[in-house]
Amino acid sequence: MRLPSVRLLAAGLGTAIVAIVLVAGLLAPWITPYDPFITNLDARMIPPSFMEGGRPENFLGTDQLGRDYFSRLIYGARISMLIGIATVITSGLIGITLGVLGGFFGGRVDDAVMFAITCRLSIPLILVALAVVGLVGSSLNVVVLTLGLLLWDRFAVVARSTTMQVRNLDYVAAAWAAGCSQAHILLREVLPNIIHHLVIVATLEMALAILLEAALSFLGLGVPPPLPSWGLMIAEAKEYMFFSPWVIMVPGISLFVLVLGINFMGDGLRDMLGAQRDV
Amino acid sequence: MLIFLARRALLAMLVTLTVLTVSFMLTRLTGDLAIAIAGPQASQADVEIIRKAYGLDRPLLVQFVNWVTDAATGDLGRSFFYQEDVTKLISARLPVTLTLGLTGLSIAILTAIPLGIIAAMREGTLLDRGIMTIAVIGQAMPSFWLGLTLVIIFGLKLQWFPISGVETWQGFVLPGIVLAFSAIPALMRLTRSGMVDALASDYIRTARAKGLSRAAIVLKHALRNAAMPVVAISAVQLGFMLSGSIVIETVFSLHGVGYLGWEAIGKNDFPVVQSVVLFLATVFVVLTLLADLMNAALDPRLRTQ
Amino acid sequence: MSAALLEVEGLRVGFGNGTQAVRGISIAVARGETHCLVGESGCGKSVTSLAVMNLLARGAVRTAEGIRFEGREIAGLSEREMGKLRGDAMAMIFQEPMTSLNPAYTIGSQMAEVYVRHRGGSKAAALDRAAHLLGRVGITAPGMRLAQYPHQLSGGLRQRVMIAMALMCDPKLLIADEPTTALDVTVQAQILRLLQELQQELGLAILLITHDLGIVARMAHRVSVMYAGRVVESGPAAELFGRPTHPYTHGLLACVPVPGKIARGEPLGSIPGTVPKIGPGYSGCAFRERCAQAMPACGAGDVPGREAGPEHRYECHLGADWTARLATGAAA
Repeated sequence: MRLPSVRLLAAGLGTAIVAIVLVAGLLAPWITPYDPFITNLDARMIPPSFMEGGRPENFLGTDQLGRDYFSRLIYGARISMLIGIATVITSGLIGITLGVLGGFFGGRVDDAVMFAITCRLSIPLILVALAVVGLVGSSLNVVVLTLGLLLWDRFAVVARSTTMQVRNLDYVAAAWAAGCSQAHILLREVLPNIIHHLVIVATLEMALAILLEAALSFLGLGVPPPLPSWGLMIAEAKEYMFFSPWVIMVPGISLFVLVLGINFMGDGLRDMLGAQRDV
Repeated sequence: MLIFLARRALLAMLVTLTVLTVSFMLTRLTGDLAIAIAGPQASQADVEIIRKAYGLDRPLLVQFVNWVTDAATGDLGRSFFYQEDVTKLISARLPVTLTLGLTGLSIAILTAIPLGIIAAMREGTLLDRGIMTIAVIGQAMPSFWLGLTLVIIFGLKLQWFPISGVETWQGFVLPGIVLAFSAIPALMRLTRSGMVDALASDYIRTARAKGLSRAAIVLKHALRNAAMPVVAISAVQLGFMLSGSIVIETVFSLHGVGYLGWEAIGKNDFPVVQSVVLFLATVFVVLTLLADLMNAALDPRLRTQ
Repeated sequence: MSAALLEVEGLRVGFGNGTQAVRGISIAVARGETHCLVGESGCGKSVTSLAVMNLLARGAVRTAEGIRFEGREIAGLSEREMGKLRGDAMAMIFQEPMTSLNPAYTIGSQMAEVYVRHRGGSKAAALDRAAHLLGRVGITAPGMRLAQYPHQLSGGLRQRVMIAMALMCDPKLLIADEPTTALDVTVQAQILRLLQELQQELGLAILLITHDLGIVARMAHRVSVMYAGRVVESGPAAELFGRPTHPYTHGLLACVPVPGKIARGEPLGSIPGTVPKIGPGYSGCAFRERCAQAMPACGAGDVPGREAGPEHRYECHLGADWTARLATGAAA
């Protein structure tokens, strides 16, 4: 059977991509050749060094303001990873709390949680995110908070259904019988046994958050310029794309590869942890 | 059955009411609207005039009750920017968004269901893996970037389709494809898992024992059962597509409802913003209700209870 | 034996993981008779029935020296050719009546479909025949049932529908894989009586797969006892029940409580031990670890086939002196 090894390869590749982007983001100030904010109007729209007209000083060329594209890309990685991780933490806290409570207590509590999930799904995600950022004003914190407040639904759904399964297992019943407190049972018995499902949801949500941030920034209501978000880079480069398509290809492919890497990593985790396919 | 539907309808009403509240609060709790509307150059007196003119001086509760009762009768207020009824604005933009959404859904269904069936029939083979990898890739593609890339390739280089606008049907092709990408992975996965379950079931063994043709076994007996959840999810996916079309409408300069919302946000045109949120949410709620109905209609176990 | 309707010779079925489910068995089902294939769960009897119909799941590998139906070799038939036989001359019913019918289609549509497929004609004509057969298998108001969905019927009714559906094209052979196992005891008896009636009326040959010796005693003309993928003993029912010869058959029959023969307080018997897992390269008698008569010769090599009487065969190292001992009752 060669098929499992193909899956393993994809998972390894995905993890490697995520690790590289994470490290690049963390080390951005030390590994970028130039300051990503310094403009140079004499050296605008220089193609990448491997293309015709490129020059070796700027590996990925320069943008419409003469800023080094490679340096901006690496700082952009920092923003994407920051948004991804911070959003997952916020939305995870909300969603897991709601889901575990609903799944554990059932009845009225569960009805309320299900209602909250239904309402959340009915709200047009991008429009509301845009509206909040538009009305409150754009900043990194606002974007993280907005996405965190909007992306908790899948956490809640999965936490709820897995908690329901775990609740009826013998060792939870045993903990009840032993007179353990509800808080103890939730934190010590239930949560550790559903956490592997939630880790997989976290990878999916991280990918989604990164894509959404890029979309918001692309629409001009995400991370404010001159911060080098990949979505913003695509938006700023949009008017030049017909003459120099590489300006949208560089950040676009980076975004695609990162999200693909996270998804591959999530698939790998799913195989490893043996969770259900349909989370 | 009727009780089930009544419960669903009641739930839908409650959800709509909640969204109504959320969309109202969204625009009120984030700052002083009068100042935002008047703009940075306005004097204190101008701001006060605007505050009075739009009823923003009244207590929040009164404003909310007015908004809800008006919305219930189909009056969504007037746009600051266009100086026109919001209801009119939305209905003028609706055909574009609806056409786009239905085009996207058609492309998604026509791609996802056959691929899902093939993957299920070849479960565990390289072909299956390959098809499912398409799903993962589709999920990772940023829609606005995909849109721009398709514009460069098919609009600029090959000149097969216009790069923006919808004067002819060709204008809907590229945005439709991009929108379809957002629904294809989910529909494909669901079709595949439904078909895998169905093909392994006892009734398929019975169908084979009856000597039926392969086409009848797969397309009649297995697909019918696998399709029930797919049809329901398609309705929900259409809801996601309509509310997600804002990005694609912007990329392709299609003046639909999403584009209207995006413009309104930029112009602090809050009656339009809250109305578009409410409208898209209501459409979504109606579509999920429709999904329940279709499920009930397709599944004899639900229908005859 | 050339008059047999179905002749299976040297059938083997293996799975991808190396398990040998069926290891070279031969069975013959004569026209109009009921042949019972009996054994514990996991002995390969259901796999055998599916293998005859070529309905094995993907991953199973079937080989046979010959599978002849009405004298025609069918082991090498393509799926398309096999499809022409299935549901027509040879039909099959299953253990799980609850899930064997498609929940999305009416009884009538599922029954008519098989007739139209093999005999052509209009759907209306097929539905007429379906209504007639539903009446024949003892379903009241057949016209109404045609428009119903499987979930609206009880388990017993569904199995009757399955039987009626199997009869749509007047099959010569009906393979019934544990048809009553999932049903209540009273319903079981009704279904078995129905099968007997149908057999006499239609001259149907039945290959009945079961683990229940009570059913075998009631239904069988001929019996094949399976153990770990081999037929260890076969013969006419009266002969086999009268003189069970293989230690396994002997043990099985000893386990059946017979009214009046069991003293009060005496525990019900069972054969101790479990069926071994048969992987590649397994050799010797698979029953040896549970057998009271085991000897060194059982540990390796082929087990010889022996005659115990007219058409009564068994596979064991124990020979004439064993049968003589059995005859005197000394082995009990």
